[in-house]
Amino acid sequence: MRTLIGVLFDGVAYGSLLFLISLGLSVTMGLMNFVNLAHGAFAMMGGFLCVALMRRFGVSFGLTLPLVFVAIGAAGALLEVALYRRLYRASALDQVLFTIGLTFMVGAAATWIWGPSQQPIELPPALHHQITVLGVDLGTYRLFLIGFVVVLTAALALAITRTRIGAQLRAAVDNPQAAAGVGINVGLLFTVTFAVGAGLSGLGGALAIDVLGLDPTFALKYLVYFLLVVVVGGPGSIRGSLVAALLLGVADVAGKYYVPEVGGFIIYASMVVLLVLFPHGLHGRRT
Amino acid sequence: MAAAPDAVTPGIARPRWHPLEIAFWIIPIPAFFAFPDRRLLLSQIFVYGLFALSLDLVLGYAGILSLGHAAFFGTGAYTAALLAHHGWTEPLTGLIASGAVSAAFGLLVSLLVVPGSDLGRLMVTLGVGLLMYELANQASSITGGVDGLTDLPIGALFGKIPFGLDGRAACVYSFAMLALVFVLARRLVHSPFGLALRGIRENVRRMPAIGVNVNQRLRVVFAIAAGIAGIAGAALTQTTQLCGIDSLGFQRSAELLIMLVFGGAGRLYGALVGATVFIVAQDALAGISPDYWQFWLGAVLVVLVLIARGGLLGAMDLLGRRVKRRR
Amino acid sequence: MSFTRNGFLTAAIAGAVALAFPATAACADDTIKVGLILESSGPFASQARQIANGARAYIKAHGDTVGGKKIELVLKDVGGPAPDVSKRLAQELVTRDKVQFLGGFVLTPNALAVAPVSTQAKVPTIIMNAATSIITTKSPYIARVSFTLSQVAAPLAEWAAKNKIKHVYTLVSDYGPGNDAEATFKKVFTAHGGEIVGSVKVPLKNPDFSPFIQRIKDAKPEAVFVFVPAGEASVGFMKAFAERGLDKAGIKLIGTGDLTDDDVLTAMGDPAMGVISTHHYSAAHESPENSAFKKAYADVAGAGVRPNFMAVGGWDGMHLIYDTVKKLGGNVDGDKAMAYITSGVTIQSPRGPIAIDPTTRDIVQDVYVRKVQKVGGQLYNIEFDKVAKVKDPGKS
Repeated sequence: MRTLIGVLFDGVAYGSLLFLISLGLSVTMGLMNFVNLAHGAFAMMGGFLCVALMRRFGVSFGLTLPLVFVAIGAAGALLEVALYRRLYRASALDQVLFTIGLTFMVGAAATWIWGPSQQPIELPPALHHQITVLGVDLGTYRLFLIGFVVVLTAALALAITRTRIGAQLRAAVDNPQAAAGVGINVGLLFTVTFAVGAGLSGLGGALAIDVLGLDPTFALKYLVYFLLVVVVGGPGSIRGSLVAALLLGVADVAGKYYVPEVGGFIIYASMVVLLVLFPHGLHGRRT
Repeated sequence: MAAAPDAVTPGIARPRWHPLEIAFWIIPIPAFFAFPDRRLLLSQIFVYGLFALSLDLVLGYAGILSLGHAAFFGTGAYTAALLAHHGWTEPLTGLIASGAVSAAFGLLVSLLVVPGSDLGRLMVTLGVGLLMYELANQASSITGGVDGLTDLPIGALFGKIPFGLDGRAACVYSFAMLALVFVLARRLVHSPFGLALRGIRENVRRMPAIGVNVNQRLRVVFAIAAGIAGIAGAALTQTTQLCGIDSLGFQRSAELLIMLVFGGAGRLYGALVGATVFIVAQDALAGISPDYWQFWLGAVLVVLVLIARGGLLGAMDLLGRRVKRRR
Repeated sequence: MSFTRNGFLTAAIAGAVALAFPATAACADDTIKVGLILESSGPFASQARQIANGARAYIKAHGDTVGGKKIELVLKDVGGPAPDVSKRLAQELVTRDKVQFLGGFVLTPNALAVAPVSTQAKVPTIIMNAATSIITTKSPYIARVSFTLSQVAAPLAEWAAKNKIKHVYTLVSDYGPGNDAEATFKKVFTAHGGEIVGSVKVPLKNPDFSPFIQRIKDAKPEAVFVFVPAGEASVGFMKAFAERGLDKAGIKLIGTGDLTDDDVLTAMGDPAMGVISTHHYSAAHESPENSAFKKAYADVAGAGVRPNFMAVGGWDGMHLIYDTVKKLGGNVDGDKAMAYITSGVTIQSPRGPIAIDPTTRDIVQDVYVRKVQKVGGQLYNIEFDKVAKVKDPGKS
């Protein structure tokens, strides 16, 4: 029983991390109908920025987090206005080609600047040990991750349901033309949403360094997992992404613990099964 | 003179061969003689051209987004490899057998893929690809795992022409396969079946109204495409005498998608042009800058999409139209 | 289906221009080309770079003229595990660039694919890293200067048995070298009276070690033997190990030197302290050859980069090639070259003395037992014991 709790805990932590990074992608794919395969690159840039801030400027880990969010968010806004906006009406295939090209460029640039090796990170000591809760050993970093994501999700949910911008966002997702018709600046909304999604992804990337590692192949390597979360959860649905991320995280960790010979099989098989049962995702919207 | 029909205008075009098409198919012959030390690259271009063609049928014509097509390529590759490994070294029959196995596998997978949304299909095909990779990795006593199967005893073509180090036989063999399959694919695409596929891609809701069994058509094309991919995989195994687990990998599927979209999906020649230019460009760039060539490739992709849609052939169409307008 | 004139033009021009990319002019008479096939783009780029820099450093330090001929490196990228590409690159290097030596190979499948080319073209092929035992059996023209997993795992098993470790849990990555490492360790450890309390094979592409670490914790062994490929996997493992508090639970961590690879040791941080490993090279090895090597390496790669065992593979590979060319007076013939290489050559390497076994063409070297300690504020593998002249047990 203790190990089951331990496994669940790890799975939830892993899932939370996936959720944080994939959230932006879900919104982009659901709201703007844009297949942004460069989303992993935002996470990766967040990670590298965090490392650069800590090493070159001596910024503490905690402080890098909001800085990364703002910086990557700004970069996202810039990219959206300059490049992405032109391709909203392009075919899905062209979007795929464009964003993959972008990812290649970012990856190669990262290799050139930081080199191809793994990036080291020094976490504050408070985040680096285990505490025992009810007889189960829990890592403090993973506790921090889960806590962070819970708070963030609550804040987002509040923002979307209780604020005006949130209402505008929901309107734009449901029916962009009607929304524009009532005077909502859909273009600005897109930019802001894209920026927030990118910022969250960058933040997730920084938080992921300790769990997933960081090197210039990060963007492409983990893209599959982010896509997985978004598609299984249903693009455009935050709740869907959360559930999907947690399910897949727990399935992956539990699979590796209980049946390690099967390895990565479980996560892919789960995905196929879930998609066959829920073709539009768990909470997907039928267009 | 009637212009060659393009992908947008409907109607069963007369499947007569445009003189430029014939010229396109003749090019490889002087290339074969002019570049004797690049025959292996040429052979690989033919194999991947065939692979891209198979994805074009599924993606470009039927509109099924597939990110796991390498699963069928790999199935064909491993079938050919295992046949040779266990004593059946005759290449042509091995090729046909591999194609059949892949097609059957494709039919099975189509049951999972065909009913579903676009994104769902993308992920299910991706999932199948990843699962196949894991399977091959686990069954390493049969497949050789990550190390793969090397030094396969592939027999000589027709008992007389061995697949030598210089790549001559490899080149001719893969070219012949490509040409043959292309002719058949061209026929298919211009047949009522092909027209139905295009109809399904353009407006899937209307097709049942005119009596087309959508899912059945899609399953058939998926199986055919899987078979062709299997033939390409087997051809690669036979011409290189080895089979690696990367033939099933996600990177293969992703590269293939890039090749196809690069050239222009929805046109058979788009697949061939895309494969050719991608492989050649990648080889050239990697020779110049082994560490950073991906940057340049990425830049080309980005620029291509920004200035034109529909891949290379689409860009050339655009240019052609602009030039015509100026006249 | 459409076929426009412009599409045709594109294909024709692209094809002609790119295919006509000029072959590097082969002025065969006074240049000897060495073709290196490396995984320079992709997940193994860091390791490939170490090998390339090691080779370049040797050339820079010893001059590029040997036996009256100029040595030229031709580097080709194979991206990752892609045996068909590797074979094609080897064939092209031999027929187009007319190389007289082949080398490189971080990964086993790429090395295995090249064997038929080496044999048919009679080109001596020097393996600078790929560490699976069977590679050298695939062609009489293949020689290895790096190591094999069996070669370094066996001494570790002996050391563990002799140092009162009775119960060990093994964790290895699920592929060729991992299987070699696990099999050899188990065989030697149990032969010395130890007990394997559990084994697990981890998928090669694995982002998260936590579930596997948890299993180990539950099994409560005295030590855990680990092999994962050097780089991202070893960093990930070490972090998970420390985070779960396995060291505090009294479980010792032992592994092959891939775990404490010099390239990533700094990235691992303090959790790596005290880890015992066996390997053939440590950057902290004290010898005049190693100091010269490190200095030459810094010249090529920059001051902040630490060379690791892959870089030594590149360095010693070039050393072997230079010795061969010198011995043959600049006239390199495949059979004569292999005759020299299998005549019992020895090299004073930065790692220590090494020799090439005349029968197996594989490397024979001293394997060191080391512990990770802080020296001058940085982590290093400090050697405290060694087993001399170890042959690859994977062959017997």
